[in-house]
Amino acid sequence: MPIKHENAPSIGKTASCDGYSLPASRRNLRDRLPKTGFNTLKSLGIALWFMFLTFPIMVIKVSPLEKTIEWRWSRLVYVGAGAFSLSMLWRFLIYRMEAGTSFKKPLQERLSLFFQRKKSRKATALAAAFIFAALFPFIFSTYQTSIMISALMYVMLGLGLNIVVGLAGLLDLGYVAFYAAGAYCYALLNHHFGVGFWTALPLAGAIAAVMGIFLGFPVLRLRGDYLAIVTLGFGEIIRLVLENWNEFSFGPSGIAGIDRPWDFGLGFTLRGHTIYLFYIVCLLVLLTMVVVSRLRNSRIGRAWIALREDEIACEAMGIDKTRTKLTAFALGATWAGFGGCLLAAKTTFINPASFTFMESAIILSIVVLGGMGSISGVILGAFILILMPEYLRAFSEYRMLAFGAAMVIIMVFRPQGLISATRKRYEFPEEKREGEKP
Amino acid sequence: MDGDQVLQVRGLTMDFGGLRALAEVDLDVGRNEIVALIGPNGAGKTTFFNCITSVHDPDRGDMIIQPPGKAPQRINGLKPNAVTELGIARTFQNIRLFKDMTVLENVMVGRHCRTRAGIAGAIFSTKQARAEERACMDFAFSMLAKVGLGNRADEKASELPYGAQRRLEIARALATEPFLLLLDEPAAGMNPSETDEMDRLVSRIREEGVSILLIEHDMKLVMSISDRIYVLDYGNLIASGTPQEVAGNSRVIKAYLGESFDA
Ligand SMILES: Nc1ncnc2c1ncn2[C@@H]1O[C@H](COP(=O)(O)OP(=O)(O)OP(=O)(O)O)[C@@H](O)[C@H]1O
Ligand SMILES: [Mg+2]
Repeated sequence: MPIKHENAPSIGKTASCDGYSLPASRRNLRDRLPKTGFNTLKSLGIALWFMFLTFPIMVIKVSPLEKTIEWRWSRLVYVGAGAFSLSMLWRFLIYRMEAGTSFKKPLQERLSLFFQRKKSRKATALAAAFIFAALFPFIFSTYQTSIMISALMYVMLGLGLNIVVGLAGLLDLGYVAFYAAGAYCYALLNHHFGVGFWTALPLAGAIAAVMGIFLGFPVLRLRGDYLAIVTLGFGEIIRLVLENWNEFSFGPSGIAGIDRPWDFGLGFTLRGHTIYLFYIVCLLVLLTMVVVSRLRNSRIGRAWIALREDEIACEAMGIDKTRTKLTAFALGATWAGFGGCLLAAKTTFINPASFTFMESAIILSIVVLGGMGSISGVILGAFILILMPEYLRAFSEYRMLAFGAAMVIIMVFRPQGLISATRKRYEFPEEKREGEKP
Repeated sequence: MDGDQVLQVRGLTMDFGGLRALAEVDLDVGRNEIVALIGPNGAGKTTFFNCITSVHDPDRGDMIIQPPGKAPQRINGLKPNAVTELGIARTFQNIRLFKDMTVLENVMVGRHCRTRAGIAGAIFSTKQARAEERACMDFAFSMLAKVGLGNRADEKASELPYGAQRRLEIARALATEPFLLLLDEPAAGMNPSETDEMDRLVSRIREEGVSILLIEHDMKLVMSISDRIYVLDYGNLIASGTPQEVAGNSRVIKAYLGESFDA
């Protein structure tokens, strides 16, 4: 009888691994790789190909004024040498990964072991992080604190999107729509009715959640690419509505003069406000972490993961697919709503330009880079993706380039993200663990 | 439908485009019975399971179930999860475990339809939610122990060997507390000793009051454990009866061995 092996290699040795085709998983990659490791000839071929491709722009220089053509042959050599060594490096790294000498995973394992062995270590680390966070705004300047607030906001957004993408496996490219909903909720309520931050915060979350369900219904039947396209469209629609519906959203000029969170009548300076907001964000991030980690190991969280892993088996286990998808959309959106409300309070000015597809892409990158489904991964991802560009402003033109390269490299060498999600281990009395030996 | 039946299927017909995968199939499963559904490859056995569990919507026919202590109920057009909730659980021919979850969590997912904790319960970690979680875990663990996977609870499901994955699917299905269990080739790819173990496991499950409908190609297993056998060929029911009756049926032998082997 035929036994269907789902992971059977579908492509043989002929498929190359030159980075043109990105493998979905490490296992796939292994099946595609020639087992001989890396050969120089292929790198040479790649170098020649690059020399040919870049020939017109790198070598020929036409100067229309002097009507001369300058041939810069030396550059050809640089391109060739560069392409060759990069290709060799690439092959070497893949080879090493194949040989099982990857260095990142043991690090993660060593770290988690380090914390598991003694409970006190975890407590110490948490206390240290807590004290550091508490003192942060007093050690660093207002500028640094403000950057940190952004990073923490993205941690929150990342953790929210992590519910939808990482846990429930629904590729949502329109996350920014809920972010915008939260921001405009606070901005409009504040502008028209003078509603304060703390009142608007839960409202923003609730409105975003309702919108999440609203988006969830039409896309219930869609999966994968189709879901991604529809949610992408949804995000753009919301932005276009905000841009064009002047009576409602004040169009492209946006809304200015939004109140900062109420300062208890103490008359905070800008620095005071920044510090205050920093603590608010810290609190919200902490709240998000607790909520997400609790959800992840709950009945609902398991249903989300089951849905991600196998829809048919999930339904056969008695899980209502519709409901599970909608709760994922709604809960993910809630955090975007909170994030939007914070953004409005932080910048005191919002306009539709803050809610382009780029935002969705960044938040998604945080989740993917950090590690889908992993809380610490998302935190790390947000810090890397938000803080790095801030501190490397000098290279800002190459930001997107570095961004893209980082994503490609991560997808090839560590498809599960920087920190892979681990599942909870349950405690049982040893005597109950009978059965066959592994 | 009389009181001794748990499943009654009448005139079940399912077309895939021009292909008639099931043609007017009638089938009954009695209470506490082990019934086997056999037939050559592509006969429509898995399609039959898929119709009962609402993965497919059959074109014609009635599927009626009778959960213990309840009135008979037609299950055509229900959602798959509703069918499971009524008490029909299944395993899959091409194993469909939740690969990234631990073995125990896979079984805990099976408890979903028998537990109630919601979002608020999880977020606030209420006493009620924690108690339910604990009970869910214990139940799942006892299911694992039943199929002999008690000491592998924390492993990733995808890391289990093939035979253990099949047993885990059964544990997961049992966690939904079914009165009727549908097993799609539970012994596929197993060696003789594993098959024997599967034989004992299935018998044990029946002794606990679960009726079983099973698809299987291993004739030794089918003949030894089933009370009755149905034979499908190209979507048509060509024979049914006790193992002895079916084994001697000439149409069955023809279907399995081809026309040229006239018995
Ligand atoms: N979703 C589908 N769409 C179209 N055709 C299908 C579908 N599922 C099954 N079929 C066809 O229906 C027929 C019966 O398939 P089915 O899987 O039920 O066979 P089976 O008896 O389970 O065979 P096996 O012993 O190989 O598992 C086959 O010809 C198959 O190709
Ligand atoms: Mg089949």
